[in-house]
Amino acid sequence: MLRFLLTRASLVIPTFAGITLLAFVLVHAVPGDPIQVLAGEHAISQERHDELLKSYGLDRPLPIQYLRYVGHVLEGDLGRSLITHTPVIEEFGALFPATIELSLAAMLFAVVLGLPAGILAATRRNTVLDHGVMGVSLAGYSMPIFWWGLLLIILFSNTLGWTPVSGRVAVAFDIEPVTGFLLIDSLLAGDGDAFRSALSHLILPAIVLGTIPLAVIARMTRSAMLEVLGEDYIRTARAKGLVPLRVIGIHALRNALIPVVTVIGLQVGYLFAGAILTETIFSWPGVGKWLVDSINRRDYPVLQGGVLLIGTVVMIVNLAVDLLYGLINPRIRHRRA
Amino acid sequence: MTAAEAEALELAAPEHPLREFWRYFSANRGAVGGLVVIVIVVLLAIFADIVSPHSPIASNSKAFLVPPAWQQGGTWTYPLGTDAIGRDMLSRLIHGTRFSLLIGCIVVAISGTVGVALGLAAGFFSGAPGILIMRLMDIVLTMPPLLLAIVLVAILGPGLVNAMIAVSITYLPFFVRITRATVLGELGKDYVTASRVNGAGTLRLMLVTVLPNCMAPIIVQGTLSFSTAILDAAALGFLSLGAQPPTPEWGTMLADARDFVLRAWWVVTLPGLAILITVLAFNLMGDGLRDALDPRLKR
Repeated sequence: MLRFLLTRASLVIPTFAGITLLAFVLVHAVPGDPIQVLAGEHAISQERHDELLKSYGLDRPLPIQYLRYVGHVLEGDLGRSLITHTPVIEEFGALFPATIELSLAAMLFAVVLGLPAGILAATRRNTVLDHGVMGVSLAGYSMPIFWWGLLLIILFSNTLGWTPVSGRVAVAFDIEPVTGFLLIDSLLAGDGDAFRSALSHLILPAIVLGTIPLAVIARMTRSAMLEVLGEDYIRTARAKGLVPLRVIGIHALRNALIPVVTVIGLQVGYLFAGAILTETIFSWPGVGKWLVDSINRRDYPVLQGGVLLIGTVVMIVNLAVDLLYGLINPRIRHRRA
Repeated sequence: MTAAEAEALELAAPEHPLREFWRYFSANRGAVGGLVVIVIVVLLAIFADIVSPHSPIASNSKAFLVPPAWQQGGTWTYPLGTDAIGRDMLSRLIHGTRFSLLIGCIVVAISGTVGVALGLAAGFFSGAPGILIMRLMDIVLTMPPLLLAIVLVAILGPGLVNAMIAVSITYLPFFVRITRATVLGELGKDYVTASRVNGAGTLRLMLVTVLPNCMAPIIVQGTLSFSTAILDAAALGFLSLGAQPPTPEWGTMLADARDFVLRAWWVVTLPGLAILITVLAFNLMGDGLRDALDPRLKR
């Protein structure tokens, strides 16, 4: 067991090195002189240029620069935004809870609908219901979510007027950030109206971001259930005369859930990528929109730091999923040992 | 030989692989439907210049945001209406098929060729080179594909070609992994040993002996990558990082249309619908291919 943990955890080091290398190359591969890029529109003299080059350490050989960069990263120094001059890591910290709140809501939406849909499709195999669920989920899987978001805005925000078009909460509410999750913070403040406002802002983006995970979970649940339902122990359970609900709900589902849980864990990477599109459509103030804005503003320290931080978060979550999976399923644990 | 004997021989003869494939594939109605849509899309792309009523980039200053023909104010000159600078939506959508198919083909060609080559190498040389390749792929995999593509485009600069290169790189690991896994499964089999004993060199073993037997999962992966490539490239276009205006690429068209969400539903709805239908068709066909090509699913 320990060996499995160590082997898996040791993979983190080369992966992290790879992510830092990507972030490092990112800024150095951008066409043009880095100081000119940093200076932006301002014209600077040759002396100032050389001085800056030296102060940033950009006159050193690239491998040395890379090591210095990794050193800074390990100290938590990711540089400052060229636009706001705030440290990148602070900006990330302020915006990250919004992305997590959105992602959790999306995942909740996907799991709450996807699991029952998959179970229903598996137990009613080859019926109209099964084909319907699978058809809809394949359509969801093929969905360009940026377009899906615009459609939902047209329908629910413009035509029906049920939900706001963009943002996290109506401007009128000023909520003290405690956890960074607006739903929790507004409840802590005891402000029911703010809570309702935050909830109505959250619904559409969560549906949009949750659509593809929903489709993946429904399909995965169905195929895992079908596999399990053909096993001998299910026939035994049925032969014992257990009610179908118990057979499906307890005996089958618990075993079918193992691959499903892994798939849910692996959606985390997708959630970040999807958040970039979803946050852009709904002007959701999270790290995805921040990253896109940084590209458009040529704010390279933000782009570099953002990529590094998101890559690291995804890496850690993937590691956690792998380790958890090893704990649940001994076959994985012993495969490579 | 009597007629009866001939018939018995025919019955005993194994079904031609292509015929067998078609029997399994055509049993899946969704897959056949997907194939039909794909054929239509390909025909539209080939004959786009003939089929389109107008030029996809010529604008008409007298016809801004004309609604589709069946709506109040619409005209049959522009069956699906016009966009904000008076370009015919139908012609732009038809020409968009070319870009989507081009994106799919190029991405699958690049990531497929490079990925299969790396996967073969990783399978055959399972020592240091194999480990190095797989670790590299693990690192690429930690980045969500779309995020990595965005980063690469930010480095390379926005544009259709760079978007295709970026998306190709993000799909590499999937091809490498599936090829390596299949190669490792084949390497232990007798026909490989037989060929090796016969004196076949490594290159011949790789390309002539083993690779043809690994094609089924690679083809399935290719079809599924084709559809995600269309989606991801459209997403890049939507973020103004892919094809640039006035290219009639569907994602780029959507980016242009965002400002008119409230006023003109057709400029927003139609390009997205085109993406959805095309991607769905490829996914349906991919599912059908997997069912038809995966020997484990055959009875």
